Amino acid sequence: MSEGAGAGSGYEIVSRWYSGLGGFFTALAAAVLAFFVGGLVVVATGHDPFAAYKAIFSGTGLSWFFPWVQGDERFSAALDLQQTLIITAPLILTALAVAFAFRCGMFNIGGQGQYFVGLLTALYLGHVFVGMPRSLHVLICCVGAILGGAVWAGIAGFLKAAVGAHEVISTIMLNWIALWVGKYLVELGGWMQGNEPDVPRSYDVADSAKIWPIWGALQPLHAGIFIALFALVVYHFLLNRTTLGYEVRAVGFNPEAARYGGINVSKNYILAMGIAGAFAGLAGAVDILGWKFHQAINDYDVSAVGFIGIAVALLGRNKAVGILFAAVLFGALQVGTSPRQLSGTDFPPELATNLSTMIQALIILFVGAELLIIYAWNARKKVGIGRGAPPRVKVQEL
Amino acid sequence: MAEAPLLELKGITKRFPGVVANDGVDFDLRKGEVHALLGENGAGKSTLMNILYGLYHPDEGEFRLNGKPLRINSPREAIDAGIGMVHQHFMLIPVMTVAENIVLAAEPTKGPFLDEGEAEERVRELSERFGLAVRPEARVESISVGMQQRVEILKALYRGAEILILDEPTAVLTPQESSELFEIIESLEAEGKSIIFITHKLNEVLEIAERITVLRRGKTIDTVPREGATEEGLARLMVGREVILRVDKGKAEPGEPLLTVEDLYVDDERGLEAVRGISFEVKAGEIVGIAGVDGNGQSELIDAITGLHRAKAGRISVGHRDLTHDSPRECLDAGVGHIPEDRQLRGLVLDFSLAENIALHDYREEPDSKYGWLFPGRLIARARTLLKEFDVRGGGPETRAAALSGGNQQKVIVAREVSRDPSVLVAAQPTRGLDVGAIEFVHRRLVEERDEGRAILLVSFELDEVLSLSDRILVIYEGNLVAEYSPDVSEEEIGLAMVGGTRKATAA
Repeated sequence: MSEGAGAGSGYEIVSRWYSGLGGFFTALAAAVLAFFVGGLVVVATGHDPFAAYKAIFSGTGLSWFFPWVQGDERFSAALDLQQTLIITAPLILTALAVAFAFRCGMFNIGGQGQYFVGLLTALYLGHVFVGMPRSLHVLICCVGAILGGAVWAGIAGFLKAAVGAHEVISTIMLNWIALWVGKYLVELGGWMQGNEPDVPRSYDVADSAKIWPIWGALQPLHAGIFIALFALVVYHFLLNRTTLGYEVRAVGFNPEAARYGGINVSKNYILAMGIAGAFAGLAGAVDILGWKFHQAINDYDVSAVGFIGIAVALLGRNKAVGILFAAVLFGALQVGTSPRQLSGTDFPPELATNLSTMIQALIILFVGAELLIIYAWNARKKVGIGRGAPPRVKVQEL
Repeated sequence: MAEAPLLELKGITKRFPGVVANDGVDFDLRKGEVHALLGENGAGKSTLMNILYGLYHPDEGEFRLNGKPLRINSPREAIDAGIGMVHQHFMLIPVMTVAENIVLAAEPTKGPFLDEGEAEERVRELSERFGLAVRPEARVESISVGMQQRVEILKALYRGAEILILDEPTAVLTPQESSELFEIIESLEAEGKSIIFITHKLNEVLEIAERITVLRRGKTIDTVPREGATEEGLARLMVGREVILRVDKGKAEPGEPLLTVEDLYVDDERGLEAVRGISFEVKAGEIVGIAGVDGNGQSELIDAITGLHRAKAGRISVGHRDLTHDSPRECLDAGVGHIPEDRQLRGLVLDFSLAENIALHDYREEPDSKYGWLFPGRLIARARTLLKEFDVRGGGPETRAAALSGGNQQKVIVAREVSRDPSVLVAAQPTRGLDVGAIEFVHRRLVEERDEGRAILLVSFELDEVLSLSDRILVIYEGNLVAEYSPDVSEEEIGLAMVGGTRKATAA
C-alpha cells in the first residue's frame, strides 16, 4: 500500500461509486443538473422555467400514474402516456444495443443503422407474406429484424476481430450505408416503394403483421413495450447468468486476461456486436410493426432513436433497470417538449424540441463528467458545504 | 561518526482513505551511515520516504535536520535541504545524454545555451570522485539499467545531496550489478554521505546497513544495529511471526517427462526472434528453474508453452500430446496450468469478483454451468472453499479482485491454477512484489505440488528464488539455454552465465 495507496484507493472509490448506489446518485445528479441548466435557458428566453417544466411534465402523460388525476385530465394524460411509451420501447432496445457492446469493451455507434436494417427487414417480411395468423407473422418479422440487425452489426464485429478495424469508425460508416440504401429503397422506383411512383414512400405492412394495439384509440399504445421489457430481462440474464455473458464481460474488462483464461476474444467481438445489433434491429421492427406501418423518405432524416439510445445507455449505466428509467425519461422528454404539447406562453414552441435535445446533450455531458462530480462531492467535505456546514450561519441570518 | 542524528523523523502519521500508511513512525539517520528501512510490501516504507522527499504531506509529526525543525512541502525543498532520492522507477529522459539528464533543472549555461562541455566535465568529476564510472556523453537509452541507476545517484549528488534515499535499488539489478552498487554505497559513505536504503531483502540489509529500522503495518517495530542481527530475527520483526526462510523440501523424485520442448523458435511481438532453438524437458515431480535477466526470451517461451503465442518452429508436448499449435483453451484442457508473470494484466480480471476469477478456466464446465447457463451460487460456493484453503484474506467470494492486496491476488491465482489439477504448472515470477509471508506460502505450495507429481517450470528473475526452489536450473541468455546447473551452484557462477559469460557449461 505504501507504493500506491493514493492511486489504489482512488480507483476503489470510483469503482465503488460506479457499481454501487453511488452510480445511481451520480446519474440522478447529472439529470437534475441538466434540467437546472435547461431551466436557465428558459429564463434567458424570458419565460418561467417552473411553468415550462410543469407544462412539459403534463405533456408526458406521466401524471396518469397519480391516482388523484381524474376526469378529462386523466383522459388526456392517458393519450400522452401512450405516446411516451410508444417512444420509450425502441429507445430501450437501441440502448441495449449500445450497452451490450459496451460490456464487451466496444462502443457501438451503429444503433441507428442497425435500427434501419431491422426496420426494413420487418417491413419487407410484413409486406410479402399475406394471410398469415398474426402471431406467426409478427414473430417472423421480428426474427427477421433481429437477424438483419445482427448481421449488420456483426460486420463491424467481424472487421474488428479480423483486421482490428475500430468499431466506432466501421459502425458510423455502416450507418451511412444503411441510411442511403434505405432511402433508395423507398423512392425512385426502389424495390420497396409503394404504388404511387411520385410519392417517396414504402408500401405498408400487412394487417396481419401489425403488433397488437393494447391501449387507446387514435394512435394506440402497442404491445411493443412488452417486447422491450422482455428484452431488458433477456439482456440481464444473458449477461449475468450465461457462459456467453461471462465471456463477454471478461473480454470487456480485460481482453488479455480473457485470452489467458481460454476465451476466444475475436469470437466474442463478433458475437457481442451481433447481439447488440439484434436489439437495435428489433427496435426497428417494433416501430414499423407497431405504429409506423410504412417508411417515408423524410422518416430517415427525423429518426435519431439509435443515437438517443447511446445517451440512454450512458445514463442507465448499462444496467437493465437503469436503462428502463433512462429510456422512460428520454421518451417522456421527447413527447413532453413536442410543440403540440406546449403553448407559447410557457415556452416558445419553436424552441421546445431544442430544449429536449439540449437537455439530452447536457445529460450526456454530465454523465461523462462523472469523475468531476465525484471530485466535487469529495471537495464539498473539505469546503464545509452540506453535512458538515455549521448551522451557526443560519442562526445569524435569522 | 557523530552521535547526534543528522536527520530525525518524529511521530510521522499519514492516512489515506481507509488505511493508515504511517502510524507515528520514528526514524533517525546519523551522518555517514547506511540505515536500512526494512519492511514487507505495504508496510509504509515508500510512503515514509515520499513524505521525507516532499511528495506527500504528513498528517502529523515533524522533521529535524541537524537539530533544527524542518518543513518540506515539495521535492524542490527536499533537494534544497540536501535530500536526494533514487526512485524504484527511474525518472530519466531516454533520448538525452547522461550529462544532460544529470544537470537538468540546474544547467551550467553559456549565454542562453547549455554549456555541454562544462556539464560533461562536472559530471565526469563527480563520477570519478565516487567511483561510478559513468560516461557523460552516452545516451541514457543506450546504457544498462545498472548504469541508469548510477545516473540517478549522480543526479542527486549533483544537486548537492547529503542524504540519499535509495528505494529498493537492487530490485532491477543483476547480482553483479548489485555488488557493484554496494561498492558505490560504501564509497559514498566514506565521503560522508548518509544513506537510507529501502528494501525487503534480508541478505542485503545484513551486507550493507549499519543500523536497521523495521516497519510493520505503518509502525516502527524496532531499530537494531547490524551486529547481532540475523535474517531469521529480522524476518520475525518484519512479519510478526516465525518465518521459514529456507524452502523446506525433500529430494525430488523425478518420474517420466511431462513437458517436452524440442528445438523451439518463437518470435516476439515485433517479429524478432526471441527464442532460438530451445530444447528441454520437465519430469513429473521436479521443479526446473529458468534463470536469466529479464528480456532474454522468457516471456515468449512461456507464452508458446501455454498457447498464448504461436511458436515459429519446433515442438511442444505435454505427456504424449503435441501442443505446438494449440490454442490457450486446448493447452488448458491438456493439463497446463499457468501462473502468469503479470497478475493484474493477465492473471485476473480485476473488475470480476473472486468467484468469477476462480472460474476463469472452468466456467464452461459443470458444475459451474450447464448448457451455457451459469450458476453464480456454485461459483461462490467453490470460491469460498478455495479461499479458505489458500488463506486468502481481505475479501470473500463476491469481493472484486481489484480490492485485494498483491499477495492475496497471487494466492487467488495459485488457488485457481492448482485446483485444476494440472500435470504441468508454469510459474512465471510467482512471487514478484510479494512480501515474505506470501512468498513463503507460494514457495511451500509449489514444492507441495511438485511432491504431488506435477512437472513445474519456474521462470524467475530472482536468483534466490530459482536457487532455493529448483531441482535443476537452466540459464537463458538471448533466447538460448546456455547452461544447466544443479541447485548447489554458486551465485557468482550462475550470475556470469546469465549475462552470457559462459557459452556452454553443461554440467551436473
